[in-house]
Amino acid sequence: MVLNRKLSAAALAAFSLASCAAFAPPKKNAPAIHINEDPYPSTYVAYPGVPTAIRGATVFDGEGGQIANGTVILADGKVQAIGGPDLPVPAGVQVIDGTGKFVSPGVIDVHSHLGDYPSPGVESLSDGNEATSPVRPEVWAEHSVWPQDPGFSRALVNGGVTTLQILPGSANLFGGRSVVLKNVPARTVQGMKFPGAPYGLKMACGENPKRVYGSKGNMPQTRMGNIALARETWIKAVAYKRKWDKYYAKGGDMPERDLAMDTLKGVLEGKILVHNHCYRADEMANMIDMSKEFGYHITAFHHAVEAYKIADLLRDNGICAVMWADWYGFKMEAYDGIKENIPLVHNAGACAIVHSDDPNYIQRLNQEAAKALADGQRAGIPNLSEAVAWQWLSYNPAKALGIAERTGSLKPGKMADVVLWNADPFSTYARPERVWIDGALMYDANDPKRRPVSDFELGQPGEGDVK
Amino acid sequence: MIRAVVSALLVAAATPAAAQTIAIVNGLVATGDGSGPVQGATVLLRDGRVVAAGQGVRVPPDAQVIDASGKWVTPGIVAGFSRLGLADVDLGANGADDTSARNGPFSAAIDVAPAINPLYTPIAVNRADGVTRALVAPATAKSIFAGQGAVIDTGADMDAVTKARAFQFVELGETGANDAGGSRASAHILFRNALREARELSRYAQPVRSAREGTPDERSLPVVRNPNESRVYGPEARRSEDVLLTRFDAAALVPVLQGRQYLLVHVERASDILQVLDLAREFSSLRIVLVGASEGWLVADRIARSGIPVIASAVNDLPASFEQIAATQSNVGRMLAAGVKVSIGMIDDNDTRQLFNERQYAGNLVGLTKVPGATGLSWGEALAAITSGPAKAIGMGGQIGSLTPGAHGDVVIWSGDPLDTRSAAEAVFIDGVRQPLETHQTRLLERYRYLPRRDLPEAYRY
Repeated sequence: MVLNRKLSAAALAAFSLASCAAFAPPKKNAPAIHINEDPYPSTYVAYPGVPTAIRGATVFDGEGGQIANGTVILADGKVQAIGGPDLPVPAGVQVIDGTGKFVSPGVIDVHSHLGDYPSPGVESLSDGNEATSPVRPEVWAEHSVWPQDPGFSRALVNGGVTTLQILPGSANLFGGRSVVLKNVPARTVQGMKFPGAPYGLKMACGENPKRVYGSKGNMPQTRMGNIALARETWIKAVAYKRKWDKYYAKGGDMPERDLAMDTLKGVLEGKILVHNHCYRADEMANMIDMSKEFGYHITAFHHAVEAYKIADLLRDNGICAVMWADWYGFKMEAYDGIKENIPLVHNAGACAIVHSDDPNYIQRLNQEAAKALADGQRAGIPNLSEAVAWQWLSYNPAKALGIAERTGSLKPGKMADVVLWNADPFSTYARPERVWIDGALMYDANDPKRRPVSDFELGQPGEGDVK
Repeated sequence: MIRAVVSALLVAAATPAAAQTIAIVNGLVATGDGSGPVQGATVLLRDGRVVAAGQGVRVPPDAQVIDASGKWVTPGIVAGFSRLGLADVDLGANGADDTSARNGPFSAAIDVAPAINPLYTPIAVNRADGVTRALVAPATAKSIFAGQGAVIDTGADMDAVTKARAFQFVELGETGANDAGGSRASAHILFRNALREARELSRYAQPVRSAREGTPDERSLPVVRNPNESRVYGPEARRSEDVLLTRFDAAALVPVLQGRQYLLVHVERASDILQVLDLAREFSSLRIVLVGASEGWLVADRIARSGIPVIASAVNDLPASFEQIAATQSNVGRMLAAGVKVSIGMIDDNDTRQLFNERQYAGNLVGLTKVPGATGLSWGEALAAITSGPAKAIGMGGQIGSLTPGAHGDVVIWSGDPLDTRSAAEAVFIDGVRQPLETHQTRLLERYRYLPRRDLPEAYRY
């Protein structure tokens, strides 16, 4: 479709040139040529699956519902039906006994650097921060993703992670574009890209940008420098967008393209979602005001360690808070981390999300949610349950990635991204037993060949081992 | 928080621990020795020590009785390898991080004990989550030797150090190679040279002796004198011309060489582990403990034969570096199955703050027993790996991390199974003293749990 649009635009341009030469009419703007906004398109194709029904399991639907002795039917890559023990299973469908087990939507991590900071963590593979300027919206995380990062497989088999957003690092105020991936191994990053998922823009406030550049004697050296430089950048972006809006409306000479500004224009148009690394409550408030000043929306604050202090503000502005369960104190802006952050944000009516930012924690996001849930319940925060808490792991993340219509919960018609857990996933003892992505069985604990092994690990000690 | 801690101190001072007899009754008690929990058991503490634990323990009439019906009771968690108390904030907070001395002249001589701050937030946060003791190691800077680590308690008082100079810490893997100028070969020759220099000085050291004071357990323990009081600094203690270490550093390695001080050696890859086993054979007086050992399972039988204990990372399963290519969460279980004395530490894993994660990691190792092809730990083994295991590794078995009679009275009453992260510590005793569980974090929760505006700003809520 994109290709067609490009061709027809080029044809039109050619026609208008020809007409100029032939008739020499009064000078008229050439029609605008639309820039291809998807030059690195997804080539992901779901793998074949077997129509499957899981019966007798406890089911978290991902949107706050729970079914005891539930039935979930997957076929053609989609969730076909979800219900109780009476839900009829069509003939020819493989039936899995889920007695004593649990079914959930696949876990979605909105904050990962897998592929960009892969294992092994050596300099040659360190591709997460283009720390050469605090303003780098022109870089795209997907162009750093190494699909052979063994971390993807660990997230799948131990964490039940089926979708993840890879973000650039936080050295920069504008770190670049994110990419949303299906956790299905491929030779290319294009082969992993979640079809049609919107891009994200990684922004950062606080200590990291000012430390990275301030230590080199460059701007920003302070938090006020952070904000000033970000505002100056948005002023340019607004002007850039105006130029292109005019061009698209009236045609004429195509404005000069600026890759960095293309991304920010996408944000201002609402096509690219802002994922803003920001710890402190006061800084989040500053970022919210900046977004209003320039007319964009912040989708989510990541690492929002102090979200609980402004949970009302986040709710009122429709911003998700992306949080750890119990990390604190690793730097000053994390000093006020508390264990009830996630449930307090949830309780305020804001969108709460559990994230990892880490190749180890991504394997245990269910346990992180479990800690937050238990801490919240102990603190007397009302209306919390396992089913409610599962929203922090799949549905809310899907919303923050703009893919909630397609995955993140077990609603019929959605992608069959599903985990069968061998026990209650809020227990520390639970593990994924099987993981389906788009209805294809990508992991089976009982089948040693049904687990991915990256190229890097082939022929090395521990190839294909349980991990 | 300061106020809370100070008031806790006052409470502690008003009720001396020595007078207390505490009986925790009706709990589901696990002693940390590797066995599973026992129903309806009693833990009896007197004068800060464990008197008895188990079923049928008689409760003296003067005991303060605490009913633990429906609760789990265990020894406090022992952080097997940590940097707890050395930093309040890790990054960009000048003055709040003493984990390593990048610009200092000393290495092996460094003794972390003076740097421990019992009032740092992570001590309270971990105390509130049932961590009662920790092995605290310095980090290396420009030498393969990091210095001497301590064993501390997390009590809300100013006396954190249980045992100063409990061990020397050395890096002989990738970090050691970097510290040594770029190769493992360099690290090994630096290590041998350091022992040579220590041997030279050891001629002037006092003969090995035991302490006369302390508990029966402590009396049998070797004593590491404060190097500042050592005769090896005197003018008569002559050294060769060709030395690399400062006198203090060489002197600090004398007790290591004599086997009076444990040597914790951090290595990850299988071949590095075997090199350390060779060193242990060559220098047979060394009391080595392996730290890390992500690829230990590849050479588990040889580690087992050496008898050298291992404090391992629990759930490393990524080839995060070229020395961890074969990392798997089954490592600990496979080593244990091979007969290795293995416990768990937080090696370069949020080691200043998140020690409470150890019980989650231990629980994960139990979970592995249900994964086909994986090797996990039984519940009792997993608890031992975070209580008695690290204590035994450094010769403090029966003193900490255990409910053995005579052990420090470090006991936690849990809301449920402590290896399930959903459980919380409801009461924490250290040396028989009930601890405050309030922290900077709990104070913040109280302040911000209700956000609607009131008559005064949030800053007035405390």
